[in-house]
Amino acid sequence: MECYLDNSATTKVLPEVAELMHKLFLEDYGNTSSLHNKGFEAEKYIREARDTFSKILKCSPNEIVFTSGGTESNNTAIIGTALHYGSRGHHMITTRIEHAAVGAPMKFLESRGYEIDYLDVDSTGRIDLEQLKSLMRDDTILVSIMHVNNEIGTVQPIEEAAKIIHEMNPNCLFHVDDIQGFGKLPLLPKKLGIDLLSASSHKIHGPKGVGFLFIDERAHVSPIILGGGHQGGMRSGTENVPGVAGFALAAKIMTDDYDANLAHMKEIHDYFTGELGKIEGVTINGSKEYGAPYIVSVTVKDVRAEVLLHALEEKGVYVSAGSACSSNKPAVSATLKAIDVPKYALDSTVRFSFSPNTTMEEIDTAVKALNELLPFLRKFKRK
Amino acid sequence: MFQAFLLKYAEVGVKGKNRYVFEDALVRHVKKHLSKVTGNFNVSRINGRIFVEATDYDYDETVDALQHVFGIVGISPVRVLEDMEEDTVLKASVEFIRDNYEDKHFSFKVDTRRANKSYPIPSMTMDANVGAALLDAFPEMHVDVHKPEVRLHIEVRESIFMYSKTIKGAGGLPLGTNGRALLLLSGGIDSPVAGYMVSRRGVELDAVYFNAPPYTSERAKQKVMDLARIVSKWTGPINLHIINFTDIQLYIYEKCPHDELTIIMRRYMMRIAEQIAKNNDLLGLITGESIGQVASQTMKSLFCTNDACSIPVYRPLIGFDKQDIIDWSEKLGTYETSILPYEDCCTIFVAKHPVTKPNLNIIKASEQNLNEKIDELVQTALDTDEVIRIGDETEQ
Repeated sequence: MECYLDNSATTKVLPEVAELMHKLFLEDYGNTSSLHNKGFEAEKYIREARDTFSKILKCSPNEIVFTSGGTESNNTAIIGTALHYGSRGHHMITTRIEHAAVGAPMKFLESRGYEIDYLDVDSTGRIDLEQLKSLMRDDTILVSIMHVNNEIGTVQPIEEAAKIIHEMNPNCLFHVDDIQGFGKLPLLPKKLGIDLLSASSHKIHGPKGVGFLFIDERAHVSPIILGGGHQGGMRSGTENVPGVAGFALAAKIMTDDYDANLAHMKEIHDYFTGELGKIEGVTINGSKEYGAPYIVSVTVKDVRAEVLLHALEEKGVYVSAGSACSSNKPAVSATLKAIDVPKYALDSTVRFSFSPNTTMEEIDTAVKALNELLPFLRKFKRK
Repeated sequence: MFQAFLLKYAEVGVKGKNRYVFEDALVRHVKKHLSKVTGNFNVSRINGRIFVEATDYDYDETVDALQHVFGIVGISPVRVLEDMEEDTVLKASVEFIRDNYEDKHFSFKVDTRRANKSYPIPSMTMDANVGAALLDAFPEMHVDVHKPEVRLHIEVRESIFMYSKTIKGAGGLPLGTNGRALLLLSGGIDSPVAGYMVSRRGVELDAVYFNAPPYTSERAKQKVMDLARIVSKWTGPINLHIINFTDIQLYIYEKCPHDELTIIMRRYMMRIAEQIAKNNDLLGLITGESIGQVASQTMKSLFCTNDACSIPVYRPLIGFDKQDIIDWSEKLGTYETSILPYEDCCTIFVAKHPVTKPNLNIIKASEQNLNEKIDELVQTALDTDEVIRIGDETEQ
């Protein structure tokens, strides 16, 4: 039995989505910019998709800009803000546990003379709102905080952060990387005061290569991809019509009943973590109180993450290594470091991640596999 | 602008009666390499060299293909003159220099060879006349008959060949003139270079990779296949043997002192490699070892590893410094792949302080602990040998 528990890396495309995209590839393959009927048909799909997302986010359809995925959305938000508001100030705030798609553009701006402050997190991965208050300045132009951490699942106090940011500096924009949250854990940007929000399709059973950036109509961001002026000039390039339509359909299905999905994942989560608790030398990272119920970061003492990953793979169980590491080039996870895990954990942490479609049988398979493998793997450790 | 290439080979020419075997092999390999290149080629032998006539061809692709043929030391692009009138030759030499040398501040010499004795103009006269014509056209050039920077060759045959540049070839001996050997290929920087070095002496290759799932990944195996593919551009198709080594490794781990693990493991690798060699008529083993590079490559360690097998083990990098090996691996194009960070089976259980001066008797005594199951495990590993043919042009 294939037991795919790596849904925060990517997900399987829903059959309905694949079917719709198939039709768009072979029949409704027009270019939205074409004046003829084929182009008009294609444009309709984009318009419908915008409507879908505006309903999910309770925003206006023209506040959605389609991109090539989460990375581009984050880059547009950060670099685009710098380009537009750079004359106002050169200060931004983010956290120590962002995904590289936020971290790298921040580093890039730092190398161009921007001042970036990084919020610390506690041992559960949560930021400290008081620290945010103390770092806010008059020349702060952007604060970027992720909604759900991709490695340990910790959920940040987005609403409270938004209040602080807007109270202390009404000109400062607030960006939320919602790539691990969108479609699973509801977040309404207009209601909470989020100016920019990044989302990705392939984390919620849509196709790869598509995402969006929500840009509040009062906020301004300069485009970073220039060309034919598509999407009101915000993002040039022929729209990925099958991708966008597929993403919208996946989002529609996945958000149809948030509560039921969340309840299901919570049930799986609690059962799984309960079973893990029975195994010796296993710790679960992240926040009990503020954790997304679909990401479980597990440190297994005396077993190297990569080895466990491949051993699980042999049993059909697919997971991620918390931090990809090898003897040649240790690529240590910034998140795990930031939450101050013991040193051995950096090399011994794996991530299980669920989707609303994950079944209890899959969890049972994984638990069984772990119980079989761990005693064996622990026998052979590096001395 | 060039209608042909003259290929020079050095050592092949002096191998006595075997010379024809070497030359035939060389012609065959040249043809094979050129068959993958855009263009029409006619390959023949001419006076101790190989002559390749080329039409409608891509110059860079052709030179690159020829540079991958072992046995060729130099590749000279040739201008062929069908019209052998003196005036034509003079005009052509001026054009030749004009087109091939942007800056003409150099010393030169004209070197005429008259293989076709019926040609009316003697070599010396031709040298002088062409030289004069060139000096006339390009006064910045000057003659130096002893150490010229540019030597313009004019070879008179049924037509006239004109050439001045020699591009370095791969050197060595033509493939297939020296049997086959088995390369221990790990995925690191050294072993692909070692395989290349030995193969350059005309040796065809099999390779063996020791796989240790789940401690090593599919990507590590893919990396080894990629390395074999790069090396096979020179060495021809490689039969890659994938041996599942996990159980042997774990058994050694359980039964033997931890600091001896690497040495004992390597001894079993040698034994298995030797068996593969024997089963496949391979005449020796090739490793990328270099004295003192790591704990398992000290003289004492090599003494212990070497003891495990009886067929010759070729270690072409034995006296190389690491940087020399890296330079070669960059030249071959294997470096970028070699440094991809996937665990290989030599590193997974490596002790923090492995023995650097192992004593063979002690190692042998430790191996006694393995008596119960090791033969069976080795046999299973050999029986489950997965052979992948890499770099065969029939597979694409």
